[in-house]
Amino acid sequence: MAHAATHDHHDDHHGAPTNFFTRWCMSTNHKDIGTLYLIFSLAAFFVGGSFAMVIRAELFKPGMQLVQPYFFNEMTTMHALVMIFGAIMPAFVGLGNWMIPLMIGAPDMALPRMNNLSFWILPFAFALLLSTLFMPGGSPAGGWTMYPPLSLQTGSLAYAVFAIHLMGISSIMGAINIIATILNMRAPGMDLLKMPVFVWSWLITAFLLIAVMPVLAGAVTMLLTDKYFGTSFFNAAGGGDPVLYQHIFWFFGHPEVYIMILPAFGIISEIVPTFARKPIFGYKAMVFAIAAIAFLSFIVWAHHMFAVGLPLGAEIFFMYATMLISVPTGIKVFNWVSTMWGGSMTFETPMLFAIAFIILFTIGGFSGLMLALVPADFQYHDTYFVVAHFHYVLVTGAAFAIMAATYYWLPKWTGHMYSETWGKVHFWSSVISVNVLFFPQHFLGLAGMPRRIPDYNVAFANFNMISSIGGFWFGASQLIFLGVIIHAVWFSKKKATDRVWEGAKGLEWTVPSPAPFHTFELPPVIRDEELAHGHVED
Amino acid sequence: MGQQQGAYFVPTKSSWPIVAAVVMFVTVFGAAHWLNAEPGEASFGKSVITLGFVGILLMFFGWFRSVIRESLAGNYNSQVDRSFRMGMMWFIFSEVMFFGAFFGALFYARMYAVPWLGGEGHGVLTHQFLWSDYAASWGANGGGGPGRVGGSFQTVAPWGLPLLNTLILLTSSVTITIAHHALKAGHRGKILVFLGLTVLLGATFLYFQAHEYIEAYKELNLTLQSGVYGSTFFMLTGFHGMHVTLGTIMLAVIWLRVLKGHFSKDHHFGFEAVAWYWHFVDVVWLGLFMFVYIL
Repeated sequence: MAHAATHDHHDDHHGAPTNFFTRWCMSTNHKDIGTLYLIFSLAAFFVGGSFAMVIRAELFKPGMQLVQPYFFNEMTTMHALVMIFGAIMPAFVGLGNWMIPLMIGAPDMALPRMNNLSFWILPFAFALLLSTLFMPGGSPAGGWTMYPPLSLQTGSLAYAVFAIHLMGISSIMGAINIIATILNMRAPGMDLLKMPVFVWSWLITAFLLIAVMPVLAGAVTMLLTDKYFGTSFFNAAGGGDPVLYQHIFWFFGHPEVYIMILPAFGIISEIVPTFARKPIFGYKAMVFAIAAIAFLSFIVWAHHMFAVGLPLGAEIFFMYATMLISVPTGIKVFNWVSTMWGGSMTFETPMLFAIAFIILFTIGGFSGLMLALVPADFQYHDTYFVVAHFHYVLVTGAAFAIMAATYYWLPKWTGHMYSETWGKVHFWSSVISVNVLFFPQHFLGLAGMPRRIPDYNVAFANFNMISSIGGFWFGASQLIFLGVIIHAVWFSKKKATDRVWEGAKGLEWTVPSPAPFHTFELPPVIRDEELAHGHVED
Repeated sequence: MGQQQGAYFVPTKSSWPIVAAVVMFVTVFGAAHWLNAEPGEASFGKSVITLGFVGILLMFFGWFRSVIRESLAGNYNSQVDRSFRMGMMWFIFSEVMFFGAFFGALFYARMYAVPWLGGEGHGVLTHQFLWSDYAASWGANGGGGPGRVGGSFQTVAPWGLPLLNTLILLTSSVTITIAHHALKAGHRGKILVFLGLTVLLGATFLYFQAHEYIEAYKELNLTLQSGVYGSTFFMLTGFHGMHVTLGTIMLAVIWLRVLKGHFSKDHHFGFEAVAWYWHFVDVVWLGLFMFVYIL
């Protein structure tokens, strides 16, 4: 305790340990841990992206070009696992770590040491997962969903399963921490229905994480025992059923899809009001729409399995339940557009990404509606149409929202403005190339090109070449993103103001830029006019 | 140690989280290496996993020791207490969902997979062409699946040891509640007796469970490999048994802490967290007794 007594909490830039190891490996500070998450996520984004480049290079021309088929399958599998568990999810956790305490006026996360553990599990989990690429049997290559019996025949299953266990533990602890923070650490006066939509989106996402990550752990544990201990969960000769795995996996997998998009909804709901200079349209509707989407996510899982041979009643139920999701999602899109309606808009980089999100995510939503139709899905299933659909919601949806958030909050994190010119170059380069990359895949899928196959009919040659060119272009564009971040962190001379954006509201803009090591050591006095949703009417 | 920052308690830096991450990695790396090893090469993985488990035990000991010291120093205010409670509650919820996956597998196998293999519903052709002599049923005859994987077996009778174990766990729920009331009333002797009884009941449960497993393997030929019946039976009861083991160890630690006088009438979250966990393990067992043994 003597140490604590001499600790200086008054100077903004002090309080951070000076020793590198102490500061970053033993941290209990939500900002430092958030930074670690974000750096990890950026690294995983480039690792997963390089796997995607291999895929697009192989598919540039028909015929076997560069890699062996098994290696191609390793690339599709690892690309998905790295992007989902390494890039998208840790990015959202990092953003939540950084921003939630600032947004609700808390000094830190509720359980700071567990927070550090949640992060530090991840590098080890990914070391385990990626090391399989260099092992004699190769890495898992049965797709990220790891359907048996195929996944039981590909390499290094035990490593992948344990890596997933570790990631699951990390996610569950992170989610518990976020729930405890939001429910227990809000400053007095920060009522639940005054919280920023981003905080609401994370509260609900955290609930989804705690509910479904253990189910994934159960599913992969059954794979493990089926392969190594002779159980028969997925073995028909022993009375099991491979389809059972698909049910358990997608009971996790569908809420997981929303885990990767609900925080994105929250981010867009922060950015659009700031640059439209209007409060968000229909705040309560936005919150309840997120909750409704989360609820529905538990009763739609079998729409991933329409072609597997389900009873008719199940197909019809899951088709209608799936289409129901478009109602709350439509509410959200309508409200974002209504927020912009009549606003005095400016188009800084975060806003550009947010608007691109709204348009392109909606395209992904529409192709999702097409996939929800059982008879149509019989044609689309396992084609590039599905690939196009989920890349529109995950790349131009989740990843674009993360980029928007990075530009939006980077000045608050670093105290410097990023280069608006290069931000805009990054945006336009990305938004054009991503459509060159993924839009043709709709046509490929409708024409019948199957996914996860390294070779294809020459009839698909032109669109594949266009898609690959878009892919390399999109990949290269992200180097601009890296450059903009590095410039803003270390080289930018332009100081950010506390408010940063003229129309920004919320507690996070009341602290200095860069945000000091410790903030809100005393609960802030909350004035409703400072909040984006201070005056919520019924 | 922790520090009071303004109105809040924010714990200071700690090396335990990164130690925890390292030992978890060592453990699963050892396990994966062991499972993936060619015959005769398993010893490296086994050594690593042993090292990992020792590390995990030391990590828990060290981390909890520092937390207990901070608690005894009076650092934890009511807000920290609430955070701990929420953490434990949501952790138990995640455990419920983990068991849910295995119960789901059990229900699916019984209600769909096995009947379909017997020709019901849309499994007609599978039945006709692959296993036309398979009469679907759960338990001894059909539970090994149409391939009779693992050979023929008999099931464990529910009204013997499983019933006794049910009564043991239910009794332990009562004894821990009595101990809790004694704690609130400040009767240390009574706490020690009833908490000690709870530990003994947990250990007895585990003894009988081990006995049941040995009997299943040696006399009933019911093994983990006995088709989907054996898979669900041993995975569900096995994971439950692991949780009882963990719960018993936790209870024993709490007993020692009571002996050392760590708890007061109104400040004993450690006790309550373990009690919640114990009740959770109890409820899971009731589900097992109903759906795995009786029905």
